[in-house]
Amino acid sequence: MNKVVNDFSIQIATVNGSGSQTANLVILRSIFQMGIPVSGKNMFPSNIAGLPTWYTVRANKDGFIARKKEVDFLVAMNAETAKEDVMSLEPGRAVVYDEPLKLNELRTDLTFYPVPFDKLVATVCTDAKLRRLVKNMIYDGVLSHLLNIDMGEMEKALRKQFGKKVKAADLNMGALKAGAEYAQQNLTKSDPFVVERMNKTDGMILIEGNTAGALGAMFAGVTVVAWYPITPSSSLPESLIGYMKKYRLDKDGKATYAIIQAEDEIASIGMVLGAGWAGARAMTSTSGPGVSLMSEFAGLAYYAEVPGVVFDIQRVGPSTGLPTRTAQGDIVTTALLSHGDTKQILLIPCSVEECFEMAQDAFDIAERFQQLVFVMSDLDLGMNMWMSKTFTYPEKVFDRGKVLTAENVKELGAEWGRYRDVDHDGIPYRTLPGTGMPSYFTRGSGHNERGQYSERPDDYQRNVDRLSRKHQTAKKYVPAPIVEDAATEVGIIGYGTSHWAIVECREQLESEAGIKTAYLRLRAYPFPDEVEAFIKRYKRVYLVEQNRDAQMKTLMKIELPDGVTNHVRSVLHYNGLPIDARSLTDDILVQEGRKAPDTVHAEMTAPRAAVTMAREE
Amino acid sequence: MADVKKNRIGLEITPYRGGKTTLCAGCGHNAISERIIDAFFEMGIHPRDVLKLSGIGCSSKTPAYFLADAHGFNSVHGRMPSVGTGALLANKKMIAIGVSGDGDTGAIGIGQFVHLMRRNVPITYIIEDNGCYGLTKGQFSPTADLGSTLKNGVVNDLPPIDTCMLAVQLGASFVARSFSGDKKQLLSILKAAIAHRGTAMIDVISPCVTFNDHEGSTKSYAYAKEHDEAMGEVNFVPFFEDINIDYDPGTTTAVTMHDGSKLFLKKVAEDYNPTDKLSAIRLMYETHARGEFPTGILYIEPDKDDLLTQLNLVDTPLAFLPTEVVRPGKDVLDAVMEEHR
Repeated sequence: MNKVVNDFSIQIATVNGSGSQTANLVILRSIFQMGIPVSGKNMFPSNIAGLPTWYTVRANKDGFIARKKEVDFLVAMNAETAKEDVMSLEPGRAVVYDEPLKLNELRTDLTFYPVPFDKLVATVCTDAKLRRLVKNMIYDGVLSHLLNIDMGEMEKALRKQFGKKVKAADLNMGALKAGAEYAQQNLTKSDPFVVERMNKTDGMILIEGNTAGALGAMFAGVTVVAWYPITPSSSLPESLIGYMKKYRLDKDGKATYAIIQAEDEIASIGMVLGAGWAGARAMTSTSGPGVSLMSEFAGLAYYAEVPGVVFDIQRVGPSTGLPTRTAQGDIVTTALLSHGDTKQILLIPCSVEECFEMAQDAFDIAERFQQLVFVMSDLDLGMNMWMSKTFTYPEKVFDRGKVLTAENVKELGAEWGRYRDVDHDGIPYRTLPGTGMPSYFTRGSGHNERGQYSERPDDYQRNVDRLSRKHQTAKKYVPAPIVEDAATEVGIIGYGTSHWAIVECREQLESEAGIKTAYLRLRAYPFPDEVEAFIKRYKRVYLVEQNRDAQMKTLMKIELPDGVTNHVRSVLHYNGLPIDARSLTDDILVQEGRKAPDTVHAEMTAPRAAVTMAREE
Repeated sequence: MADVKKNRIGLEITPYRGGKTTLCAGCGHNAISERIIDAFFEMGIHPRDVLKLSGIGCSSKTPAYFLADAHGFNSVHGRMPSVGTGALLANKKMIAIGVSGDGDTGAIGIGQFVHLMRRNVPITYIIEDNGCYGLTKGQFSPTADLGSTLKNGVVNDLPPIDTCMLAVQLGASFVARSFSGDKKQLLSILKAAIAHRGTAMIDVISPCVTFNDHEGSTKSYAYAKEHDEAMGEVNFVPFFEDINIDYDPGTTTAVTMHDGSKLFLKKVAEDYNPTDKLSAIRLMYETHARGEFPTGILYIEPDKDDLLTQLNLVDTPLAFLPTEVVRPGKDVLDAVMEEHR
């Protein structure tokens, strides 16, 4: 049998709340430590304990770390989903399963490895109450033997995971070894998947996007944080609390920051506005439902011109609508958040490194433009573990924007008006309470250039036109798109976490169908001019999004001149799972007329792709 | 030429005044604005050191009519408490006054009101309470009287919320009620509230001359004058003045504020103790039962830690901390990166 080295996905199916996350991270980390590019995707229910959950680890020698659609190696620990999990595998794959489930009776075209988990755990764990948790480490041991994962690396990863809890680590080490020994003595390797040491992760880290965003905010000098718990955002402010307690106290133990768990998202953004208005670097973190609640204040911030940073860790739908699944579904609502004519600034990170960097950019841009800046992360990026090179220490001076000081107030003289466009870039000068500078009265859209109350039509229109100019100026300040041109007719545009699937998809398109592609990765709204230029350079442009309604394309239709987006086609992924390359490639091949719709996997796009094509014609 | 009166920091009253009011002639809110001007002037607080905030409604327009030189923020309906909280977190040295109404507080803003009290945010929070929505033409507010009638005949069949009772229960450390027409009492209460460190909640009955000043309204001038049961006299002596008022220790409670100011409350009821929550609540129940409303300082807890104290913030306002204080060094990033290897 041919070996498949460092190119497979493992899916571990367990019950939520059974403590499997630790075991899963130990697998992920061990493979990472062996130098192989990895990614981990947690597909978990909105539930504390009892419902099914899946964790996928992908190892890929070429560095492709998007979710892999096909499962190569299944660990079936959950009786409830085991049958369906097994039935959905492609032939030739392998299954480790809890022996009493008798999954081997289901199919003959898979490799089955039965493991008597309960029996094994009883020998290593005398405390019956702990067995449920420790049991998971046994499958790590089994995988270590079957996939050839170095036991030393497993132990290192396990000890790192348990930190100072030595007793728990020892107990779990026992289970790990018991699993490995059992596999060695009782299981015969008969699947092709193995791990071999490489050096592709040297000097790299494993980190979640929310942790990276929190770090970025801390190094950006955030001082006021107001937040309300919501999945998948909570871990951002929570890790921020941890870091700030450790690194942001002065020598007397006094806090150089304030973090408030507010009564709701409306209060969170209200506190951000108050703090931003009074000169602090202020932020909140939330998800779609919270963004909706913040809508009114977001409009006030736009018109009163108050800075603030909002992390939106996007997820699927409102209320009980798949809160633990990923999406890019807040693009249109957030870009145009609030009533009246409002245009917000969005930054869109694709990686943990960009979460760190854009968190910092966000504060600079918010203060420069005196408005809210939304960092549009998502559940996949925020809550999953990603490998990354280490973050670069920020040396850049903070941009605190146009704040009136004793020096520049003299230059402006009696001419200072809070909303006057002195520099012709749409950005006015503001003053801060407590600096001795002139005060002004902050209110909604009804004001003249001096900040006085006005309902005059000319005052109002002049002001909203200036805000338009400000938005134009922002195009040059926001992170520019990353462009890779090619001699081809086909361009791809993507943003956020779709990036990782697009990178792999481009390779598939070229190797499978000889289709070369150009690529623009969008990183912000308002759209820098390069976006329009890129679309015009290519005959067919595929815009990849993780939502049903092609939201970014809609936004482009609004923003770009008429007709520019006519040849932009949509590739849409919106089932709540992280986007994968196979689905993208198949969708594009169908739209390119290179693959028949009925030959691609049903879950995809066939009916919709047809609709898309019809609409384009 | 007669000397123009100046306050202890050498300012005349002009910078304490605001723009011309656009409220109805005779509106109780205008009288409250006047008292706010007097209080800040007499206490000698520089208007530039003041944050004046409001929500939406007639009441919330008033910050434009006092302290023109203060930093004003007319926020959104019912959500001034969060904006005020944020501003104070950014700059703990500012003195904050928030003006709200009975609709802005009791209906749309009840959630933020609750949590403002709970956190004991250092702000003087004034409810200009007229029992109706004036700016949208007279609809019932949550403090409207049970059984009161709109011009179109609609009857209010819901009981009113008592914001003072709520505030005491929620943790406000200074709770008072007054009447917009009672110049002397309102001024004393305002001064004490401004000197207080913590949430000072003042419900000021303020008749709406256009929509709710009719016979039978408990928020009318006539009713307030008749049924206002003042809890004795309130005398406030700021820290910079010598104590020279006459008081009889047997019938007067003296409360020392955090800045050394003294508050003297002349007792009317023998067993009334303004530092005791139960007394305050009993008083409110009993006077309500008689169709009256007690005015004065109903409850005070001068030593309770406010939010900013609890947060143990550095002395410099957070807004003005320099980069080297708020951006940890490279060693910190290196250490964190090491943890994630």
